[in-house]
Amino acid sequence: MAQSVFAPWADPNEKPLIQFRNVTKRFGDFTAIDDLTLDIFRREFFALLGPSGCGKTTLMRMLAGFEAPTEGTITLDGKDISPVPPHKREVNMMFQSYALFPHLTVYDNIAFGLKRSDMSRDEIAARVEQMLKMVQLQKFARRKPHQISGGQRQRVALARSLAKAPKLLLLDEPLGALDRKLREETQFELMDIQEKTGTTFVIVTHDQEEAMTVASRVAVMDHGKVIQVDTPDRIYETPNCVYVADFIGDVNLIEGNAYPAGDDRVSIEWAEGQPGIIATPAGAVEAGARITFAIRPEKVAICRDRPEDLPNAVRGRILDIAYLGNISTYHVALPSGHVIKAQTANDRRIARRSFTWEDEVWLGWTATAGVVLTQ
Amino acid sequence: MRRLTWFNATSLTLGFAFLYLPMLILIVFSFNASKLVTVWAGFSTQWYGELLRNEAFLDAAWVTLKVGLASSTLATVLGTMAAYVMVRGGRFFGRTLFSGMIYAPLVMPEVITGLSLLLLFISIGLDRGVFTIVLAHTTFSMCYVSVVVSSRLVSFDRSIEEAALDLGCTPFDAFRSVTLPIIAPAVISGWLLAFTLSLDDLVIASFTAGPSATTLPIKIFSSVRLGVSPEINALSTIMIGIVAVGVITASLVSKRMIARQARDEQQAVHS
Repeated sequence: MAQSVFAPWADPNEKPLIQFRNVTKRFGDFTAIDDLTLDIFRREFFALLGPSGCGKTTLMRMLAGFEAPTEGTITLDGKDISPVPPHKREVNMMFQSYALFPHLTVYDNIAFGLKRSDMSRDEIAARVEQMLKMVQLQKFARRKPHQISGGQRQRVALARSLAKAPKLLLLDEPLGALDRKLREETQFELMDIQEKTGTTFVIVTHDQEEAMTVASRVAVMDHGKVIQVDTPDRIYETPNCVYVADFIGDVNLIEGNAYPAGDDRVSIEWAEGQPGIIATPAGAVEAGARITFAIRPEKVAICRDRPEDLPNAVRGRILDIAYLGNISTYHVALPSGHVIKAQTANDRRIARRSFTWEDEVWLGWTATAGVVLTQ
Repeated sequence: MRRLTWFNATSLTLGFAFLYLPMLILIVFSFNASKLVTVWAGFSTQWYGELLRNEAFLDAAWVTLKVGLASSTLATVLGTMAAYVMVRGGRFFGRTLFSGMIYAPLVMPEVITGLSLLLLFISIGLDRGVFTIVLAHTTFSMCYVSVVVSSRLVSFDRSIEEAALDLGCTPFDAFRSVTLPIIAPAVISGWLLAFTLSLDDLVIASFTAGPSATTLPIKIFSSVRLGVSPEINALSTIMIGIVAVGVITASLVSKRMIARQARDEQQAVHS
């Protein structure tokens, strides 16, 4: 059967397009990037995700050529790009502020890079038309940037950065200035364009939903280091540390000590007078080791009676209900003082909701619902 | 619309009288038929005719124009370059000193600037004339240009230049095809400022001018010492006229540009 899943990172014979090798970048005393090693493959839609100040923008600016690494090497297609100035790199960037040239029309903005290549006049005209068509802005070719809307400007910026058909396109928080609905539409447009053009995209964002939606792989960064690189579903389901679990989505974190409980399972002692949490760690855990148990709210079932079929069940009282329309999050206080969040889909009308404030309820989850984090 | 109260009307009249009465008197007496400046003897334009036949004044006017054009152009080039380095150069050795020294001539007494330039020209054996006045005017007006241009550069989104580099421009090409067109209004107003300063200057020009070249302000000042003549009034009226036309044109043009921009934005919103 033919393999149709796109996963070049899993293929040991695949050569990465970009390789960061032990890259460090310092600004004075401040270390923006700390001994970072990372591979990005051809045709990937790669997301750099992290809070502001984590070094993701510095990483991108090093790819564009606006910053040079203090130590280490960055290679593009096997060649060290450190000595190559920005205007000679086959890398284009879409800026957060779009950085459109205010004195040029939409058409001339898109043609700007092409005029600086060895393309003929006719080829340039054809390429610009093609780009305008791709972003559906043919009618606005003669307008200046201040005469079009924010969403249209964003599309001009995208067309301009793709016009030269770069090996690599960098997107710096490209959708930050758009409102939510437009942003969601544009995310799908971006994925569509990325697939059609086959360009490698690297996107910088602090919006985890955006990263999860568009990216083939996500690198979660903090303090100049890459904490975890993986596909969105694996980042979400199997975070490798507390930081990633907490940064991506909503999570319940419970600290405790793990003891072997047979069948590759552990029992986590987490509170006085409560039964141990039965969980399945990914690797071996030393008996008595201090660990953090992480479980997503949607994997916690909430019911009126003790769930007999689940190995983990705790009793508590509903403290708060966050109603979000499609889902509700219940904050349940346990006698030990812990507050656990449980999420359910609102598949009934609100008047028929089973639970309300101050109700005594049971929470339950399976032995594989959560992850055991050792760091 | 609210009507003016008597108090507001009085302040307005007083203020305008204070500003414009001297000039008004000058303009009125430039059309005086009498040779006596303070005695009105009927309307006449004879002094304008006299002025056109006065070779010394015409020469001085021509020198002033040449000096103004040359020095303001030089000052604009140098001042823009200095501003660009100050704002974009990042932190280089001696930056603070350099920026302080660029702005120092703004507060330097003109007499000292003039005297020091005179000593310099004498010590290197440069004959004083149009060339030395151009150098002197460039020196003191380039700091005004750099102040105007650097304030525009500070508010300029740096990523626009980076986008140009990213799209294949060399740093010089990026400056020429992106930065310069965007900061052009500031560069032009810097040039106008330098030109006006050069036109106005008496002190520095009198230090650096030689017998071969006299500017209009020097000529006016020296002829007034021999008594105010109606010719001077006529000349001054012409200068007031030129400045007024320039200022009004500039403000009309900028007003029209703002109006056009507002209209364009309106269109963008409604389409």
